[in-house]
Amino acid sequence: MLSLNENFPEYAVPGAKQVRFEPYADNGGSVVAIAGDDYAVIGADTRLSTGFSIYTREQKKLFKLSDRTVLGATGCWCDTLTLTRLLQARMQMYEHEHNKAMSTPAVAQMLSTMLYYKRFFPYYISNVLAGLDADGKGCVYSYDPIGHCERSNYRAGGSAGAQLQPLLDNQIGLKNMQNVTEAPLSREKALALLKDVFISAAERDIYTGDSIYILIITANGIQEEKFELRKD
Amino acid sequence: MSSIGTGYDLSASQFSPDGRVFQVEYAAKAVENSGTVIGLRGKDGVVFAVEKLVSSKLYEPGANKRIFHVDEHVGMAVAGLISDARQIVETARSEASNYRSQYGVPVPLKYLNERVSMYMHAYTLYSAVRPYGCSVIMGTWTDYEGPQMYMLEPSGVSFSYFGCAVGKAKQAAKTEIEKLKLADLTVKELVKEAARIIYIVHDELKDKQFELELSWVCKDSNGRHQLVPKDMAVEAENLAKQALADIEDSDEGDI
Amino acid sequence: MAFAGNFMNPAPLWHNGPSPGAFYSFPANTTSMGPSRETVSDFKAHSATPITTTTTVIGLKFDKGCVIAADTLGSYGSLARFRDCPRVLKVNDLILLGSGGDYADYQYLKDIIEQKIIDEQCIGDGLNLKPKSLHCWLTRVLYNKRSKMDPLWSNYIVAGIQDGEPFLGAVDKLGTAYEDAAIATGLGAYMATPLLRDAVDKGPIDEETAKNVVQKCMEVLFYRDARSFPRYQLGVVNTNGVTVSETIELKHDWTLAHMIHMK
Repeated sequence: MLSLNENFPEYAVPGAKQVRFEPYADNGGSVVAIAGDDYAVIGADTRLSTGFSIYTREQKKLFKLSDRTVLGATGCWCDTLTLTRLLQARMQMYEHEHNKAMSTPAVAQMLSTMLYYKRFFPYYISNVLAGLDADGKGCVYSYDPIGHCERSNYRAGGSAGAQLQPLLDNQIGLKNMQNVTEAPLSREKALALLKDVFISAAERDIYTGDSIYILIITANGIQEEKFELRKD
Repeated sequence: MSSIGTGYDLSASQFSPDGRVFQVEYAAKAVENSGTVIGLRGKDGVVFAVEKLVSSKLYEPGANKRIFHVDEHVGMAVAGLISDARQIVETARSEASNYRSQYGVPVPLKYLNERVSMYMHAYTLYSAVRPYGCSVIMGTWTDYEGPQMYMLEPSGVSFSYFGCAVGKAKQAAKTEIEKLKLADLTVKELVKEAARIIYIVHDELKDKQFELELSWVCKDSNGRHQLVPKDMAVEAENLAKQALADIEDSDEGDI
Repeated sequence: MAFAGNFMNPAPLWHNGPSPGAFYSFPANTTSMGPSRETVSDFKAHSATPITTTTTVIGLKFDKGCVIAADTLGSYGSLARFRDCPRVLKVNDLILLGSGGDYADYQYLKDIIEQKIIDEQCIGDGLNLKPKSLHCWLTRVLYNKRSKMDPLWSNYIVAGIQDGEPFLGAVDKLGTAYEDAAIATGLGAYMATPLLRDAVDKGPIDEETAKNVVQKCMEVLFYRDARSFPRYQLGVVNTNGVTVSETIELKHDWTLAHMIHMK
């Protein structure tokens, strides 16, 4: 199709517009992950929405990929469903081929590759991967939709990601503070912080709310927790 | 064997000087070694009965079934090489499915029969393939056309029947079927007759074990092809065993 | 050799000049000079709009099963074109399916699902498709179509019994899927979900209550949704199996209408 408006600007009609199919949807949701010396916690809210309407108040957005790796995914839910299903298949193939579960850094790299493979029709997802690395240390990986990957100790992603990240920078990264001494973050503190930031997110972000589903990853396995948020 | 191929029996694409296609005749022979299969077309439906020979005691009961569903309304009973027959079943199923997706209604048996026959016949024309070593009987019942039944042979020939038999004891079975007033009998009566015939024609000396398979497609089943309900099948089988025992008793009395 | 250039692959004659016949550049004729400005999506046009559409479909879980309801109107834009478009489908003894959106797309998928059931019966091992499996299958079909930029423009609600427990799930045209105790698509998402969630939040409901709530929703929707219709179908799935009702006529009363002043 040759661009009509470009070549014949006088024919352009301002009011008429063609409805185009939009393959992406913004289904909201936030995810926060914090890594400690021997643990990682990751939480995601359970609200699945589109615009002003809520599809469901109890959608789990955390995916246990192995007993030491968890993926939190928010954004375009249909892409999330597809990506996680593919990931799970790839995890199983790895296990059958290598006779062991994939390590978290390996999953992290694979996820990056899988996202980049769809570079020109991306999965519109904000992914946060949390788990224990080969040394048993907590780790968090975060991604952009086309596979850029970064390891860090804490990350907020999803609809309230931009609001929560500075808060985490301050509270965990101890940024923009004077006379502070760095001390390892305890699991209890991390958990309390996670709940606190979600309460704040639910106040400001309409796409975050209802409740949070939290997974705590330690060498002993994965613990689950649920925490209620405001439901309006 | 009445006549030896003398080189004309190696290919399905070549006639013998006296105008026969030996490969097709050999395929028919393969069917004759199989357990007997009969199809009976009564007043309100079609009944299939199969003498499924169990060649090893190590098989699970119900293994290697010889009665298949082709579509909701069409059943197929097969004699001959089971693996060949399964391929015919697949062909029939995809024909039925295609017809449904094209026209949105169940495939008429007349048409399905034509298609499957053409398929089987195609395998009698080329040197690169061999004919199917199986005969199949297809049946259905519809409200407006009543019961219909066709038997297809390896040659690609098919006819519509009131009653038909194929396999080892087809002659004996046909003699028995001819004694029935098929047009007056209901499927419930036919199930008993069918079971009895299979038990009578079964050769206990040559083939030790067999399983009786019974299915029908009739008015009472709403034109759906299904296995004969358990209780009815058991009753028919018991009656058949009784009938067989009675015959054996009277035979002994004669001596 | 560098000064001679690559003599195996010489530069084209008339390099850097306008291509022959390209001295006059007419508007809308941009093909002769410079790289193509066409984008990939220009090569193939796909269906981009629904044609004959249906409106809301609602689903509600109760203690021992689910109900689904949808009216029978097929709209052609704002024209109430077809008055008998059933769209609550019994898939098998465990599954009930409701659809909204493009009616042709629903009929297309319905034929495929029905053939799936026949194939399953042909195998004859007594195994039946379960609601979660159909729900998942629908997400894959719809997601694949949306990924080809050729979507099936419709929503689906799958209701059923899975391992003795009620199941209710939804899929939209993108393949977005979720489960919930109360689901409504289309305009019903705004007008019926509040009523449905209210009922669910009050505690466990039985079949009768569920039917009544759904009936109330259909009534509300008929009064306010301009693409709705007073005739609808009600499907119920419980431990006894699946039943889809004949069309039910909605009682409606417009005597209050003159009280509403449009200003």
